[in-house]
Amino acid sequence: MAVVVWIVEGTWPACVDAARAHTPADADIVLLHVTPADVPGAAHGAFAGLLGRGHPGAHRPAEGWGRDPGTRLEHVAAASARQLLQDAADRLGRPCARTERTGRVEREVVAAAEGGDLLILARDGDRTHLGPHSLGPAARFVVDHAPCPVLLVWPEPAPGLPAPPPPPGHTD
Amino acid sequence: MAVPAAVLVIATGALSLDDALAEAERLGPVIGFLAAVLVLAQLCDDEGLFQACGAWMARTAAGRPRRLLAQVFLAASAITAVLSLDATVVLLTPVVFATAARIGARPKPHVYACTHLSNTASLLLPVSNLTNLLAFTASGLSFTRFAALMALPWAAAIGVEYLVFRRFFATDLDAGARAPAAVEPPPLPLFALVTVGCTLAGFVLTSAVGVDPAWAALAGALALAVRALVRRRTTPRALVRAASVPFLAFVLALGIVVLAVVDNGLDDALGHLVPDGTGLPELLALAGLAAVLANVINNLPAVLVLLPLTAPSGPGAVLAVLLGVNIGPNLTYAGSLATLLWRRIVHAHDGEVELKEFTRLGVYAVPASLAAAVLALWLSLTVTGGG
Repeated sequence: MAVVVWIVEGTWPACVDAARAHTPADADIVLLHVTPADVPGAAHGAFAGLLGRGHPGAHRPAEGWGRDPGTRLEHVAAASARQLLQDAADRLGRPCARTERTGRVEREVVAAAEGGDLLILARDGDRTHLGPHSLGPAARFVVDHAPCPVLLVWPEPAPGLPAPPPPPGHTD
Repeated sequence: MAVPAAVLVIATGALSLDDALAEAERLGPVIGFLAAVLVLAQLCDDEGLFQACGAWMARTAAGRPRRLLAQVFLAASAITAVLSLDATVVLLTPVVFATAARIGARPKPHVYACTHLSNTASLLLPVSNLTNLLAFTASGLSFTRFAALMALPWAAAIGVEYLVFRRFFATDLDAGARAPAAVEPPPLPLFALVTVGCTLAGFVLTSAVGVDPAWAALAGALALAVRALVRRRTTPRALVRAASVPFLAFVLALGIVVLAVVDNGLDDALGHLVPDGTGLPELLALAGLAAVLANVINNLPAVLVLLPLTAPSGPGAVLAVLLGVNIGPNLTYAGSLATLLWRRIVHAHDGEVELKEFTRLGVYAVPASLAAAVLALWLSLTVTGGG
């Protein structure tokens, strides 16, 4: 059984715990982290907006004010993704593979789940109420487009049960 | 590229040598001021100011992303205002990203806050942004008068940005984080902090006695440079690099090229678009025009074009232009369509950037913060009896 566990900052421990609880001990688990390309991209853009500072034609790495902060962000992002996956693997306590990707997060997750038997992810929206808003745009896209079964978990115990909305056409 | 272009406009007679020299003489002090601030910011980084700032943000955020966002707003607003937007973009943004990663928070809101505040928070002081330095000399205001008039617009614009960010990134901010492992905080770079404080006091003092405040910036940069040289933490070569000489040459050349373009017809073409007077509608129109122009051709050329057209209307008009050219660039990725196009041509092979979200954030944040800032400027001007 091939299981992909999507590791996201803040909500990942619940996914790792779900993988431990709901998959057989011999499952092939892949821990997946995707770095959004637009975060270093925003830093690249801000630097490009500083007219005349960068030296795009320079052959050696720029120094001082000429260095693009977006590039530094990419290095830090790679290091922090590695650390996050290490923490997740430690919490899992089982043999597992790790995958780091960069790009548009939701599309990369769908692509990485291709051929898997199960994708585990956490709700990333408003977690104070049950309901559709508990899924943010990224998780919504992944749930809608996942090419395999999905296990969707609450990052922390689910909020209490208020009455769900009445069924359509319902009258008291 | 601007330097050969400047040579070309002089060689072809589009601008006379005398006019070019007069422009160079006018821009000289501005460029010196800029160099001093750049060196000051770089030396603060060498002293560990930005690392200490990151440690402070991680500690006080206490594992709560919303707290971290507030700390990033405080740090980025202060650093942009005092050490210029370059310091926030180049030196603070990587530290903020690393801080968010350290406490396991999603980095996007915090990194975007740095990029937005590098523009929005650059309203306060003449040293905050090169556009301000250029306008400062044209406006005839003193350093303290400039800061006093811009304080309210600065706070209003940052406040609006903060509200927009809290709502726009609500999902990412709700995702949680963890308190950082207790580690020994890096030592506070007291000397750098005191020097920056004295430099700020120097700005007030020099403008009170009628001396160019650039001397205060130079003194601050020298104090840190001498200490760093004595302690062998820097080299003369690194200091020259920190002054960013190619950039200074670029600013000078850009000033000459823009003057040639303005003199050869652009002033007539734009002149009838520039409203006279400093009532609230005129200020709004000026700021809007400046924001649009900044988004098309980038804010440095935009401010160089608009300054000669608005300076006769008084300092109020010049400051309204600054609100537009400083806040406006948040609307476009890379600050302007011209830069965006240029990047598309040069980096055609690079991975695509998600422009939609960046632009959507700008559409919410820019008109709201610009309107709030103009209103605040109008209030400041009214209360203090005009420019």
